[in-house]
Amino acid sequence: MTVTASTPTDRVRGTTILDFRDVAMTFPDGTTALAGVDLTVARGEFVSVVGPSGCGKSTLLRIASGLEQVTEGDMTADTKRIGYVFQDATLLPWRDVSANVELLAELHGIPKAERKAKAKLAIDLVGLTGFEKHLPRALSGGMRMRASLARSLTLDPELFLFDEPFGALDEITRERLNDELVRLYTEKQFGALFITHSVSEAVYLSTKVVVMSGRPGRIVATFEVPFPLPRDPDLRFTAEYAELVGAVSHALRGDHS
Amino acid sequence: MTTELATAEPTTVASAGRVRAKTAPSRRSIKVWGPPIAVLALLIGFWYLLSMVILPVDRRFLLPPPHQIVTEGFLNGPVITDIIRSLGLTALVALSGLVVAIVIGVGWGIGMSQARWIELSLFPYAVVLQCIPILALVPLIGFWFGYDFTARMIVCVMIALFPMVSNTLFGLQSVDVSQRELFRLQHASRWTTLLKLQLPAALPAIFAGLRISAGLSVVGAIVGDFFFRRGTPGLGSLMSVYQSRLLASELFTAIIFAALFGVVVFWFFGVLRKLAVGRWYDTTRS
Repeated sequence: MTVTASTPTDRVRGTTILDFRDVAMTFPDGTTALAGVDLTVARGEFVSVVGPSGCGKSTLLRIASGLEQVTEGDMTADTKRIGYVFQDATLLPWRDVSANVELLAELHGIPKAERKAKAKLAIDLVGLTGFEKHLPRALSGGMRMRASLARSLTLDPELFLFDEPFGALDEITRERLNDELVRLYTEKQFGALFITHSVSEAVYLSTKVVVMSGRPGRIVATFEVPFPLPRDPDLRFTAEYAELVGAVSHALRGDHS
Repeated sequence: MTTELATAEPTTVASAGRVRAKTAPSRRSIKVWGPPIAVLALLIGFWYLLSMVILPVDRRFLLPPPHQIVTEGFLNGPVITDIIRSLGLTALVALSGLVVAIVIGVGWGIGMSQARWIELSLFPYAVVLQCIPILALVPLIGFWFGYDFTARMIVCVMIALFPMVSNTLFGLQSVDVSQRELFRLQHASRWTTLLKLQLPAALPAIFAGLRISAGLSVVGAIVGDFFFRRGTPGLGSLMSVYQSRLLASELFTAIIFAALFGVVVFWFFGVLRKLAVGRWYDTTRS
């Protein structure tokens, strides 16, 4: 069995792009969200974090993006090109799909022609071609998430941060978007930190799955995912996949501690 | 007088809302137009009952029957000329008051949205402005600014200002947290965030405030005028003259014109709102 449950290691396949060292986070009201978290994401590595709700998974992501500052320890991100995908699509309702996808480039002052080209490329990449002039309200939840992904892609990120992006979608849409995301990842080889509460999603997408304990959040187990990329959708029905999902779920429930 | 005005407006406003709802095949239009017309017929019937049966003849001047209002008011050349001329002045006062209220109100709202301490220092005064009876200040405003255009406009601004301030602030602050963070992550400046995120997001609320303020500005223009009774007569002065001379038919005509003007203003800003934000912002009520 290739499953390894261990304390966090520094086994990296490329150079480190995101590095948490002994990070702790205590909010002004006194609640401790994270304690002693060591976690690295290498370039081209897809790391998922699963944990019970309220364990500080999202806080981890907010620290990585710079939205929050650590209260103890160190966080370094070795790139400025960071894509952040929110829990909901956060599209601006008054802008159509292409204007929404262009937004980030627009905020960075990229000239119109160039950002239009970038947006078109990203829209094609997520399969929204033909919907450029649609307003968000005319799109399904899955399509909005695709637009949100495309928006981040225009920054050509070296590091992607995902905050439970598919949590609100139905199972079928979610699996389809997982397949698309794996395809994008295989193609672009960005580093990724993916927060989710779905173990099967985490195993399917990632090269590494990290399990966090409840409040205060700390890392209790790390699993390397051995399956080849891009993932075959039928992987979901194999015994090896089920076994790994089972092992992660056990760790999540505390059977490993 | 002013209470009559205030009650006259909402009813006409409500029926206007229904009228705008649909324009479709005849059966449908009967369904839409029929009930309000039936209500109107009932009201007119009740009016005749009061005027012709219940009131004794020597007191009928208090509530002349509708046909008398038409003949003595609407079809009476000099009266209608007076009313339309003063309506023009009132409209001008209301419109300029509204423009000033929009500029001050939106600016005030934006200012307060920029920092908590600004909001804390300025919001109480917006509330005070809303709470003090403006009518009590009218004589003072007359003292300071004379009895002409400027003074009337100031009354108008004071009455119409609050909905603009509060709705702008509410709209700017109701921006989704993650959308704000989206901008923050790109290190967007305060100004860029205001222009590309907060103001567009606040537009529906601002237009809702605009509609209320527009109605209030008409009330303000008439009320100010009604109390000043000097300078060029607006609709308010004219009403006050009709009232003092017991010219009920003429008074009713003026009131109906004021109400119609209010409806037109309300309708206009409804259309404007639809053009500006209707594409992406849907309210279930039209």
